[in-house]
Amino acid sequence: MFKILHAEFLAPGIKRFVIEAPRIAQKQKPGQFVILRLYEHGERIPITIEHSDPKAGTIRIVVQSIGKTTNLLNSLNAGDSILNVVGPLGKPSEIENFGTVVVMGGGVGTAMAYPTAAALKNAGNRVISIVGARNKELVILERELRETSDALMITTDDGSYADKGFVTDKLRQLIENGTRIDLVLAIGPIPMMRAVAEMTRKEKIRTIVSLNPIMIDGTGMCGGCRVLVDGKSEFACVDGPEFDAHRVDFSVLVQRNSMYRTAEQKSMEEFQHDPKSQIEAVHAEQPGACALEGGRQ
Amino acid sequence: MTESSKPPLLNVLPLKERMKIPRQHMLEQPALERATNFTEVNLGYSEELARQEAARCLECANPKCTNDCPVGVKVKDFVRLIVAGDFMGAAAKIREDNVLPAITGRVCPQEDHCEGGCLMGKKVQPLGIGYLERFVADYEQRHLDTSKLPKAPPTGKKVAIVGSGPSGLTAAGDLIQRGHEVHVFEALHTPGGVLVYGIPEFRLPKQIIREQIDYMRAMGVVFETDVVVGKTVTLDELMHEEGYDAVFIGTGAGLPQFMNIPGEHLNGVYSANEFLTRINLMHAYEFPKYDEPMLDLHGKQVAVIGGGNTALDAIRSALRLGASKAYVIYRRSEAEMPARKEEVEHAKQEGIEFRVLTNPIEFLSDGKGWLNAVRCMKMDLGEPDASGRRRPVAVEGSEFNLPLSVAVIAIGTGANPLIQSTTPGLNTNKKNYIEADPVTQRTSRRGVFAGGDIVTGSATVILAMGAGRRAAQAIHEYLSTWCEW
Repeated sequence: MFKILHAEFLAPGIKRFVIEAPRIAQKQKPGQFVILRLYEHGERIPITIEHSDPKAGTIRIVVQSIGKTTNLLNSLNAGDSILNVVGPLGKPSEIENFGTVVVMGGGVGTAMAYPTAAALKNAGNRVISIVGARNKELVILERELRETSDALMITTDDGSYADKGFVTDKLRQLIENGTRIDLVLAIGPIPMMRAVAEMTRKEKIRTIVSLNPIMIDGTGMCGGCRVLVDGKSEFACVDGPEFDAHRVDFSVLVQRNSMYRTAEQKSMEEFQHDPKSQIEAVHAEQPGACALEGGRQ
Repeated sequence: MTESSKPPLLNVLPLKERMKIPRQHMLEQPALERATNFTEVNLGYSEELARQEAARCLECANPKCTNDCPVGVKVKDFVRLIVAGDFMGAAAKIREDNVLPAITGRVCPQEDHCEGGCLMGKKVQPLGIGYLERFVADYEQRHLDTSKLPKAPPTGKKVAIVGSGPSGLTAAGDLIQRGHEVHVFEALHTPGGVLVYGIPEFRLPKQIIREQIDYMRAMGVVFETDVVVGKTVTLDELMHEEGYDAVFIGTGAGLPQFMNIPGEHLNGVYSANEFLTRINLMHAYEFPKYDEPMLDLHGKQVAVIGGGNTALDAIRSALRLGASKAYVIYRRSEAEMPARKEEVEHAKQEGIEFRVLTNPIEFLSDGKGWLNAVRCMKMDLGEPDASGRRRPVAVEGSEFNLPLSVAVIAIGTGANPLIQSTTPGLNTNKKNYIEADPVTQRTSRRGVFAGGDIVTGSATVILAMGAGRRAAQAIHEYLSTWCEW
């Protein structure tokens, strides 16, 4: 069991958790993720680690309610526990002094881009961050990113905050203004990463994306997270999750991520039909409710 | 001496009479009934059937059954105890050499080991050693009081076992009985390794694995799940920071191999590891009671590619999940299939179609990213290859399409590199398997031992257990000689 020490909503449907996970906190590097399972009947889902504190033995994750599992997770609070948390998984982000780096975060992807942005800044890069969200309420980590960036640009789809438009509009402006860009890191919805990749491909700007295909074990055992990179199979869990955007076949990624759409919708409909009893099922397994497997026994 | 170690010789039947007793059939669920459920196929022996079967043992002076067993179970002795009706004594006798009898009794390829060597098999049918082992283990489970297990005096030495599959559990069981402190690290959320994620409920119920692991906990073994050694903690950190005196690596061969043919990325194409992990570890077949989904197989045409136990486990699972057609596509002939004979028979009874001497060359799409057929070639058998089996050769112009919604690739696995790549000085071979001495299981690193599939490549549960056993012996010697290397 992994105890939640702190939990707060950063925006509607987006929650940040501080979780006690001393082994993971010791080892985490920017770009890495955990796989977690909430309760005995739960599925395993990958979530990027936003921050870790080796001294306190804690990690931080940011979760957006999308399907059943993330909705259940976001119903948990400080004092609750997550049944299984394993990590840190995946290769860390490549951190060196590239020169000028543009870090782009779309939606909750901002929380995943943030640790790498901070590390790139520490490595001496000039960091320009571009954050996009649907509306004002959904802009997250603005303060944190402002602190770690030399420049921060924000876009909202509806123009309710900062500039109306998409993150790619800002990237285009930078390119058109003749800003020297040595590296782009883009993390967000697949259409956004794909659009960024297309834009930088023409300009020959090296671009890294963090992929989030369907995973189970996260250790290279199942092969479910295979992505097509340069026409060859790579496993996002062990060979990634970060890949050269210009080599990724995004169509295959979109297609494979749709594999369980029907089942996912069914799960979500059942959850929405009776969220209370589904949340209770998770809470019934909380410590004190009964002893369960997971962690040191 | 306890009574059980000095059994009365009750098998008074003359040898000729013993030969006349037919091999006792294992009760099993009717084929058509079991093809729709995940309940265990074999139902076990009654006490009478077990004693009747045990009475067939010829008690050879030089028993080949024991010699051919990778862990050296004293078959003659435990069978004699069954004849005498001392089932707990028989269980204790097996446990001297095999800490997972309920598991091996179910999944061991007995025809390749104990039963393959049985003298009875030369004339009539071999003694049902696997069935008897299973009977004894299940009997023990029903009657054992784990609070009364004897504990060895502590040696003060600590051993880390990496991986809780067959080799790790065996090493853990042997080492705890010698008084060492044993911690087992498992990457997944449940201990058991391939026994849990790979072998389906109808062949090895999860309850059996839980009981065997609870037995180990009762002996004092500590399990820590959710630890990926190489990621969460390195082997060096275990030895230098967490104070382990020795480490056994039994991480298995968990990297799925694909065929590298066009269309492998289509939706509906699975590795056997993923397909079986969804079903076995994640209970996807009980969706939506469990949250992990899988594709709905009802009325679908499903094929597995490969001829090993994993392939049969996958396709028999697909059948139970409602597949209207279930094929095994195998490029050699049935004689070369590495699967256990009983599984092949069971699969045929259940209605699985075997398409042997057939090799897929491309997965075909429906135009929307989903599998809808596999293109295959017919094969012929040529000269023997490196494995000693006749090499399959493609028959020119024999291409044909087989309509298919789901394909499961079960053509073998490779070495997972997580530990090798994070452990300096740990030697590996060309295929990235860890190099270990075949007798002591010692690796190139002092105090580090390895065994099972991570050394040999994919093999069987019992061979991995044999390696775990040899490693435990060598670790014990190493720890008892002030770490002489």
